Amino acid sequence: MSIGEAIKRIEDPRLLVGKGQYVADVRVPGMLEACVVRSLYAHAKILGIDSSAAYAIKGVVAVVTASDLPADLQPIPMRLTAAPELVHALQMPLANTIVRYAGEPVAVIVADSRYAAEDAAEQVLVAYEMLPAVTDIRAAMRADAPLLYPVLGSNTIYTLAAKKGDSHQALRQAPYRLTLDFAIQRHAAIPLETRGLVVIPDAQGRIHVYGPTKVVHFNRIVLARLLNCDPALIHFIETDVGGGFGARGEFYPEDFLIPFIARNVGRPVRWIEDRMEHLKATNHSREQRHHLTVGFDDSGRLQGLEDEIWVNTGAYIRTHGATVPEMTQAMLPGPYDWPAFHLVTHVVVTNKTPMGTYRAPGRYEGTFVRERLVEAVAHTLQLDPTVVRDRNFIKSEQMPYTVGTHGLGEDVVFDSGDYSRMLAIAKEHMQWADFPGRKAKAREQGHLRGMGWSFFVEKTGLGPWEEARVGLDTEGTFYCHSGLAALGQGTETLLAQLVSDQLGIKPEQVKLVHGDTDVVPAGNGSFASRGTATGGIAAYIAAEELRRRILMVSERRFEATPLDLQLGPEGPSMVGSPSKRMDWRQVAAYAGKVGVELDVRERYDVPHMTYPYGVHAAEVDIDRDTGRISIERYLIAYDVGRAVNPALVKGQIIGGMVQGLGGALLEELAYDNDGQLLSGTFMDYLLPTSCEAPDIEVIITEDAPSRHNPLGVKGCGEGGTTGVGAALANAVADALDAPPQAFTELPIRPETVRMWIQRLSAQQSLDRP
Amino acid sequence: MGILAVIIMESQTVFYELKVNGKTYRVDDVEPRMLLADVLRDVLFLTGTHLGCEHGVCGACTVLLDGLPARSCLMLGIQAQGYEITTVEGLAPDEEHLSVLQDAFWEEHGLQCGFCTSGILTTMSWFLKQNPTPTRAEIREALSGNLCRCTGYQNIVTAVERAAAKMKAAS
Repeated sequence: MSIGEAIKRIEDPRLLVGKGQYVADVRVPGMLEACVVRSLYAHAKILGIDSSAAYAIKGVVAVVTASDLPADLQPIPMRLTAAPELVHALQMPLANTIVRYAGEPVAVIVADSRYAAEDAAEQVLVAYEMLPAVTDIRAAMRADAPLLYPVLGSNTIYTLAAKKGDSHQALRQAPYRLTLDFAIQRHAAIPLETRGLVVIPDAQGRIHVYGPTKVVHFNRIVLARLLNCDPALIHFIETDVGGGFGARGEFYPEDFLIPFIARNVGRPVRWIEDRMEHLKATNHSREQRHHLTVGFDDSGRLQGLEDEIWVNTGAYIRTHGATVPEMTQAMLPGPYDWPAFHLVTHVVVTNKTPMGTYRAPGRYEGTFVRERLVEAVAHTLQLDPTVVRDRNFIKSEQMPYTVGTHGLGEDVVFDSGDYSRMLAIAKEHMQWADFPGRKAKAREQGHLRGMGWSFFVEKTGLGPWEEARVGLDTEGTFYCHSGLAALGQGTETLLAQLVSDQLGIKPEQVKLVHGDTDVVPAGNGSFASRGTATGGIAAYIAAEELRRRILMVSERRFEATPLDLQLGPEGPSMVGSPSKRMDWRQVAAYAGKVGVELDVRERYDVPHMTYPYGVHAAEVDIDRDTGRISIERYLIAYDVGRAVNPALVKGQIIGGMVQGLGGALLEELAYDNDGQLLSGTFMDYLLPTSCEAPDIEVIITEDAPSRHNPLGVKGCGEGGTTGVGAALANAVADALDAPPQAFTELPIRPETVRMWIQRLSAQQSLDRP
Repeated sequence: MGILAVIIMESQTVFYELKVNGKTYRVDDVEPRMLLADVLRDVLFLTGTHLGCEHGVCGACTVLLDGLPARSCLMLGIQAQGYEITTVEGLAPDEEHLSVLQDAFWEEHGLQCGFCTSGILTTMSWFLKQNPTPTRAEIREALSGNLCRCTGYQNIVTAVERAAAKMKAAS
């Protein structure tokens, strides 16, 4: 047995001794290094590029600008949520006539060292004619705003909507209404390893591409299309990567440029993004505004919601298409049984770095808005916020529950869940009943204590399918080929656990193969918390079939029935007859003799996404003088249906929480009005360190197995992040007994907390110590 | 273009010796401006030292110089002459075994992607010599110069605690 055990990861020993193989570690003789020249301005016309001085630098091999690219080159297409309205705003690999964000690629230098390439980059002279820039959502929507795409006539390039019931009437009839504005700041995934590519052309006309671990099969097709070549000439090989979180591994401009240049110069080329470059080149995320009205009655029952949402998607539409706006809207209703809602989401372009997904895309934002809103309702009525939630929950007997929204090509239908039970577990654990006493005691001692809640539903296990090939080779070695990608989350351990569980062997006996498009011909990769619930299931089913065939071979060899047989790490044997056994090499040989194929391929077609759910609770202490927020306790309770490896699930949840914490309190990609990024280094862009991160309490429940797959598993990659903004905002608001209008914007900074302390003290709604 | 720029572009090269993980390497034909991290990775092929920011914040490139942590992205290779340099490749006692600290990271799921791990292991190896019986708060403080985006730090703190306990029991 191995499913459900917190086994140690099989990936770790090589990573611990520095033997990981990240893209910058790939090195071949004769390799050139690339450096990308990027626009200094947020919006400008390119009048001309003079690269003669760059060519004069010793070691420079090529300076590539848009005029060197094929005239019929297509822009980078969308991978997900590809609304046709968005195609006008797709990005070309190099800017030709107009640059639309500071950091947009305008040229690429290739030289025999990175030092020479960077020297040359400084010598490329680009003549710009400045155009007025627009960075803020509200400024972009003004009638006289400069347009990024004049042909579209507006900076609002796409609008989507979802409707249930008659929200207008519901709001009109509701005894109480509350209208609020919310904002979430621009921040991003920021994996600790920046992006990179190594492309090696060979004598047969093929190229071998290392670096973009995530969705290599998709990227290969896109690259073939952009290079106008046969996909068979392109070979992707996954490397170890220093985190993904949504941003890494998508198809970016460099994912065309570096292969294009390597093919043309006929030499290997390596490009490693530097951190300053990363902060303005790699996808940003999160920035959006909400203007909403909620209607409710005096018991806190929610009657209706109208929310107008604006998502600042930056200068171009990248591979995620409308995923972030769509997921914001699709999951906004959350765990509540709304009688009516009307949600409208606008995609707004501005002169900032393009946006993509970041861990819990749309749900981090939407959960912040909805859960802050629910506590605002409770505050208005002076009710317990957990009671208000409980009164509005979708009941377990209502499952499967059709929400009335749509996302990633599916109607949102929650498959299973017992939200009341989850909340009760969390309340008990956090000693919620005693909290008023703790709060009062803190006030007596001159500081402020608050507890905030955030309940949410997640979506995981996006299809449409995944394949696995599981077998036993003639050497007696088991293998598992998977279309998933390993981004550091423990994919190999997970697959090995699922396969070994079926076969009665040890996880380390399974050789894992993934991410090499020559060996694994098809796959959909790793994103959207899909690995376990898609590729994991495919591997599990394939291993089940392999087990059946191994038993068949053993039955014939021992003239036994399946009931007499057992499988173990050494091989199959007969119960009670120690002499009747085979080792795995003998099994493979005997299978060949009797004509049983021990190479199993299975495809798992995903019927529907699965929807795990959970709750975050934060107990904070606030310094009255400085506004400093200390997280005293933080709980995440999450139902994953079934945890294959509880240690990995907890690791995902805790790591996810600290990313959410960065978004709630620290991180901001701030811009000035000219479109210059102000937080362009790690000195200004503040990631959480070990001193900001608290010890987090985690409860994993398995109350609601998914109805959609044989193991009942749901994904666990994002739920640790989803609820953090709301839980912390609610905790701070509770500590101050602040009104609904407070803490409706992220990040929450000490100066904002202090401002509210002063304002509420002046109004005498917050006692002086 | 100034004279300084011309000299750099003429790219004079130098050679020097570095002592890394107990072994002496000759670094040949490199520009004097080459960073220690780049020398370790691209000249000596010790790619376990990682570069996460190249401006001294993230700590992934931390190595030990005569036992003290140093950012290898903030100094030149040529400046590291004469020091005993220890990288992540030099922490384990031999090819077959992990160090007590490395093993504790494995036991406690103290890493996910592994990218920051090298710099954290070098830093914490030094720290445990300074403070063999640290509290969790002390570990968090010592760890605060190293960024990790995957783990949320909690299991790293636990792994360091575990290593400290094991080292104490063995001494």
